[in-house]
Amino acid sequence: MTAPLHVAPAERISSTSFNEASARTRVELLLDPGSFVEFIGPEKRQISPHLRIFDLPEQFDDGIVVGHGRLDGSPVFIAAQEGRFMGGAFGEVHGAKLTGLLRAARQIRSTPVLILFDTGGVRLQEANAGELAIAEIMRAVMEARTAGVKVIGLIGGRAGCYGGGGLMAGCCSALAVSEPGRIAVSGPEVIETNRGVEEFDSRDRALVWRTMGGKHRRLLGAADVFTDDTMQDFREAALDLLGLVGSFGLDKLKAEQMRLGDRLRRFGACEDAVDIWTAEGIAHAETVPELSADQFIALANRIGRTSRDAR
Amino acid sequence: MEDLSFQHRARGRAGGSRQNAIVGVVASGNLEVLVERTLPDAECRLEIKTAAVGFGEVWTAVIGDFVERYSPGGLRFSINDGGARPDTVSLRLAQAVRLIEEDGR
Amino acid sequence: MTLDNILASLFPGGHDVRSVNGVIFGSAVLRSGARTLVIGVADRTAIGVDEAIRLSGYILDSLDQGSGPILVLVDSDSQRMSKRDELLGLNEFLSHLAKVLIYADMNGRPTVGLLYGHSAAGALLATGLATRVLVGLPGADPAVMDLPSMAKVTKLSIETLQEKAKSTPVFAPGLSNLALMGAVHMVWNNAASLADQMEALLADMPAAHDRRDALGKERGGRLKAADIAERVGELALQTR
Repeated sequence: MTAPLHVAPAERISSTSFNEASARTRVELLLDPGSFVEFIGPEKRQISPHLRIFDLPEQFDDGIVVGHGRLDGSPVFIAAQEGRFMGGAFGEVHGAKLTGLLRAARQIRSTPVLILFDTGGVRLQEANAGELAIAEIMRAVMEARTAGVKVIGLIGGRAGCYGGGGLMAGCCSALAVSEPGRIAVSGPEVIETNRGVEEFDSRDRALVWRTMGGKHRRLLGAADVFTDDTMQDFREAALDLLGLVGSFGLDKLKAEQMRLGDRLRRFGACEDAVDIWTAEGIAHAETVPELSADQFIALANRIGRTSRDAR
Repeated sequence: MEDLSFQHRARGRAGGSRQNAIVGVVASGNLEVLVERTLPDAECRLEIKTAAVGFGEVWTAVIGDFVERYSPGGLRFSINDGGARPDTVSLRLAQAVRLIEEDGR
Repeated sequence: MTLDNILASLFPGGHDVRSVNGVIFGSAVLRSGARTLVIGVADRTAIGVDEAIRLSGYILDSLDQGSGPILVLVDSDSQRMSKRDELLGLNEFLSHLAKVLIYADMNGRPTVGLLYGHSAAGALLATGLATRVLVGLPGADPAVMDLPSMAKVTKLSIETLQEKAKSTPVFAPGLSNLALMGAVHMVWNNAASLADQMEALLADMPAAHDRRDALGKERGGRLKAADIAERVGELALQTR
């Protein structure tokens, strides 16, 4: 639902939780006021052709809002997934909207793309189309980046960024993540179902967050910036990343190979995130989950793992 | 899934100049309402696709109250419902009207 | 076909391709005289951080020293499902592998995937679906999601899912469904020489331009994707 209309704009932006906002509200409050123009909005009724086979309700925008707007005066393309519709999962139409956006960005070259991930991955009921959409998006991201386009991922929604979404996020130029955000390939329940509760207890929320959550991803360097869960903080994080991101090329891939290989060598035998954080030189690492956003950001900046010259 | 549709006469035209608006999300216990200003001033139409089958009478009552209270003349409402409670439906319908009556765009 | 049979049929003149702990690596000389890098996953091995980093490393080394196409042979499980792999950031390892393959394809090293066994989900995204042309061999059984897992999540019986799968190729596992989607470009004949079929493909490779959505539309498996992407593209270009 839309936020109340009588709150002054600046207060609204700074106080609205990114995590709790709808995709539409995130777009509205992230971009400069009134600047957003939607492509294939809900009034076009481009719904999924596959959900009726499963007797499931459709959403007019198929769970993703895409379009163009301004961020601090500069043009951006934006795509925001609605994590509460079908778990934000990629279906045929949902994916195609993002594919089209990225292909256009590649042609234009000078307009960056913000992707607000909020997804469990592929939509099961359209599994083949969803998986293929993700593959096409990954290719389109890399082609756009090769043409000089900055592709920034923002992760902090309720569905997290799972499955193919996790792979897509790994293709972005840079990522910002908040405390509620999670990034992984297999979800906690899937690991538990396949490998047993000893391997991963999906109901142990602290374990889920230590393994896949925003703070761990930031400390590992799997995300570049950690941000508090407000629209204002995400907006600033997006602007920061747009200013920091460099060009893409073979040197980045080689640096990434080294970065990931180094990570494997240093932490490959660690049992738990706390062991990794301790190995990074963090005293009382078990208290990291309790740190406030500001305390954590200061800590993460001291440790300094980012993908700035890689990814 | 069940399809329902309703047509009503409204006391007057809904205010504002916005051509369309959308509220809500399709999820369990929730619904989305797309409203478009496409009808003659005194008419109003609501088309519903709902995951909760067999509640036609409840929809009739909720919509009847809504039309009486808000006079949404000229508006076409298209609803995708994930099985929301009547009070949530009423809330979304009210939000939709308020949004399309907003000034600007 | 077994991996050994496939390699023998692809490279009757010999090869140095070996599979170690499920990771395939080596090279061979093609009919044309060009040397091709051969990498991949064998024995239905799950792709975790250890496998992914080795594969991306082989490709990067080859980008420096080699030339010619890159062949990706696939008989994998899904991504490795483990606490350790997720803890270490498996998503980055898998996407790095896909990125390296995509980079190679965009820079003079055309990539061909050959799906000869199983593959699923994240493993498929990082290998076969990151190549320019994905070929299937009869008997390959790729899946995005297996039916028992789908049954559990959707709370529908496997029989019900199988029944629904008769009327649409959009969710059920299988080579023919992925071909209809536009993911698998062609299925080779495993009774004929794979070297012949490879030579024909390499002589007539499509451009390095992802038109899988157009293919899916032509074949009837994905009727909306290409049009939606094109329409969004048009609207986006208008903002210039």
